[in-house]
Amino acid sequence: MSVVTRVIDFTWKVGGQQGEGIDSTGEIFAQAMHRRGFYVYAYRHFMSRIKGGHTHYKIRVRSGPVWHRGDQDDLLVAFDQESIDYNLPQLRDGTAIVHDAAFVARVPEGRELELMPVPMTRLAEEQGRSIMKNMVAVGVSAAMLGLELADFETTIRDRFGDKGEQVVEANRKAFMAGYDYYKTHFTPRQVLADVVTDRPESAYLSGNDAIALGALVAGCRLLFAYPITPATEILYTAFKYFPRYGGAIVQGEDEMAAAFMAIGAGFAGVRAMTSTSGPGLSLMMESLGLAGIAEVPLVIVDVQRAGPSTGLPTKTEQGDLNTIVYGSHGESPRIVLAPSTVADCFHVMGRAFNLAEHYQCPVIVVSDLALGLSRQSVPVADLATGTWTWDRGLRVTDDELKDVTPGTFARYRLTESGISPRTVPGQPNGRFTSLSNEHSEISVEEESPENRVRQMHKRMKKLHGLDLSDWALEHHGPERADLLLVGYGSSYGPIAEVWRKLADEGARVGRLHLKALWPLPEAGLARYLEASRHVLVVESNYSGQVANLIKLRLGFKDRIRSCLKFDGNPFTANEIYRMAKEVV
Amino acid sequence: MARVTVMDYKQSIVEPSTWCPGCGDFPALAALQRACAGLGLSPDQVVVVGGIGCSSKAPSYFGAYGFHSVHGRAIPVATGIKLANRDLTVVVFGGDGDGYGIGLSHFLHTVRRNIDLVYMVMDNHIYGLTTGQASPTSRKGMKTKTSPYGTAEYPVRPLETALAAGASFVAQGFSGDVKQLTRLVEMAIKHRGFAYLNVLSPCVTFNREDTYDFWRENCVNLDDEPEYDPHDRTGAIRVVLQHEGLVRGLIYQEERPSFEAELPGLAKEPLARQFDLSFPEQDWARILKDFA
Ligand SMILES: Cc1ncc(C[n+]2csc(CCOP(=O)(O)OP(=O)(O)O)c2C)c(N)n1
Ligand code: SF4
Repeated sequence: MSVVTRVIDFTWKVGGQQGEGIDSTGEIFAQAMHRRGFYVYAYRHFMSRIKGGHTHYKIRVRSGPVWHRGDQDDLLVAFDQESIDYNLPQLRDGTAIVHDAAFVARVPEGRELELMPVPMTRLAEEQGRSIMKNMVAVGVSAAMLGLELADFETTIRDRFGDKGEQVVEANRKAFMAGYDYYKTHFTPRQVLADVVTDRPESAYLSGNDAIALGALVAGCRLLFAYPITPATEILYTAFKYFPRYGGAIVQGEDEMAAAFMAIGAGFAGVRAMTSTSGPGLSLMMESLGLAGIAEVPLVIVDVQRAGPSTGLPTKTEQGDLNTIVYGSHGESPRIVLAPSTVADCFHVMGRAFNLAEHYQCPVIVVSDLALGLSRQSVPVADLATGTWTWDRGLRVTDDELKDVTPGTFARYRLTESGISPRTVPGQPNGRFTSLSNEHSEISVEEESPENRVRQMHKRMKKLHGLDLSDWALEHHGPERADLLLVGYGSSYGPIAEVWRKLADEGARVGRLHLKALWPLPEAGLARYLEASRHVLVVESNYSGQVANLIKLRLGFKDRIRSCLKFDGNPFTANEIYRMAKEVV
Repeated sequence: MARVTVMDYKQSIVEPSTWCPGCGDFPALAALQRACAGLGLSPDQVVVVGGIGCSSKAPSYFGAYGFHSVHGRAIPVATGIKLANRDLTVVVFGGDGDGYGIGLSHFLHTVRRNIDLVYMVMDNHIYGLTTGQASPTSRKGMKTKTSPYGTAEYPVRPLETALAAGASFVAQGFSGDVKQLTRLVEMAIKHRGFAYLNVLSPCVTFNREDTYDFWRENCVNLDDEPEYDPHDRTGAIRVVLQHEGLVRGLIYQEERPSFEAELPGLAKEPLARQFDLSFPEQDWARILKDFA
């Protein structure tokens, strides 16, 4: 067998009606590509309903790292005409469309698209069950790409092994039916069978998976949540591992319950969190204030989706930042972290728990649907532990409490940093009553103006001078730039591609990914802004929330422009590219 | 440690100075103190959690750990505390507005969750702290500041509701009988599961209808009914309906595993005692293999 090493970069998409098993077709194909040694980025487009409505699963396959689903589609497997119509704008000219021969496919005049009818439903029925058209489609795709059954064996086994040997065999047969049909009637579009990649050992997981795992490794033992797209998968992954380490997952009756349970656990000395999306976050506003004034560590993960209200529940957006930074009545300290990549999602959780316990305040980890749900190949080396060191905050030891008269422990003692060492229930002589009311140092309700001012200063000054620039700014390119692309969350991938393209064209361009949004990493950020002629802040919302925050804190109003998108879909590279060309 | 006495539980620097003289919450607080001392619990192992209201201020007046949280959310806060440290005795102490109005959903769900908490509701049929508005347990037609023409709604029936929802422990006490109340609190603390104790606790300032005298005269004391069987749910619902909620004593109790015991995986040792959380490297490597 000749060994071929060449650049591979293509996208494959399968589309059909929701409830037809489109997801499993996509998942099997993606997993197999990952195991075959490629870098994979899998993006799921779906609607807020169980049956019906167009859905598709798009997979980008590369020989090198990938953080973006890609702007265009190279191969489309369509189970209905709607899948062709809906995806037409993305279909690259020359694209092959394999479609179920059960319908007569049409493409508009003048589009160079090759239609390849395959009787997928019929072939599946011949194998016994029409739902196996999904495996037929995988077989067709394998043949189309010059791959073999062997490349899919372990994936099929892992997926159906539980259901018995017969089911595995039936799926293998369905695969071969599609494979053989394609081979007899068409020629492969590519031959990947002998491609060897040099991808290091990698894991295939989503941002949500990584958040659950990151929390586990960071010592989180209690996860309280209420189901909501696109955050629920965090629970599923946690369910697999938390119980092995004595931890538990509790489905609360609503998001208020979840957040307040997490506060109770944090107060009692355990690393606890809650995960949600916009509607749940709105319900949690009161908890931010309580954790703020009672100075309890609290970690909230917000996997953003398109609002307001129910909005587009299965579509992506980055519209929650204002709420996260300013939400809840009164003023209280909080920290907002923002992972950009799946690996970040893993590492950020340790930092979140450390900061929450160190500063005794809420930490909100803000992700988004596109980052949370897209499974990607991530080198295991990028998921190595040790990017942060343990910090469980200031705790009073039992020894230090020996001579304390019960009831006099000064939980909210005024200190230089504003941070006061805490006790947890169970510690002898350490007792105090945590209060949502304004309180004195020994935690007694107190409303005098002097005390109020002292305690406000104490709480708010905890974060004065907190500047996470040393790790929260990922910068690439020349520091002196004509254009600086700025973003956070899932825009990482498209920004990286635009940056590469502009740089290849000879532009002096940098990119900066913000991994902390509050307090803003101002020292580092100001330096980069200072050195850039134009700044383009890329974010998925209408009003430019990050750009506004930067302008508010640092100025630079004349050089900052926004690249915005709020239609529910993630950015394409081209959208950012076009805007970038307008700016420079 | 020396024998625990009631004095240990009074060792709070804060006097219940915000409560009106004669408020029904005083005897209830005393009953809780006596019960904790009577059971020999160390005050450092007890946490009292309140929401917001006159009654919810109890944690500050009690010599133990406490959390005076926000309106309606005391139960979830207490739930988090208990799961974090299952060795603790966690008592929620609140009002009828806190528990049956804004926090009703947590109450019902915690009943079915059956987590090992004690839930004492100072049911005065009025909003005390906000100076006399209608509460979910105000009787129909009661005139309050927010029902100047009399309330239009029928009251919540918390006892029947809890029984119907499957509560494993339901009792009602009366602030005019501290002895019985203390015994009920002791039983509630000893009960493994969610022990719900409604307390008829007069608001002497804003409720002139539901008074000590009224409740003393009109409440049937189940302790005086030797044939009453507190292990029969149907009978319990019947007795509560029959007397329109005016019964006191242990109404229903059933032994069944508590939530912590049923949560798969939850460590037997309190999670809060794990201070060193470092994660075994080899475990992490193995977990990553699941994502190959
Ligand atoms: C979210 C919220 N809404 C309203 C209030 C105002 N509030 C404080 S206590 C209270 C009612 C208290 O009544 P109850 O729980 O019966 O306690 P009591 O004072 O009678 O003991 C209300 C409405 C609040 N603190 N928070
Ligand atoms: S207002 Fe009523 S409930 Fe509040 S302390 Fe006074 S008597 Fe008690």
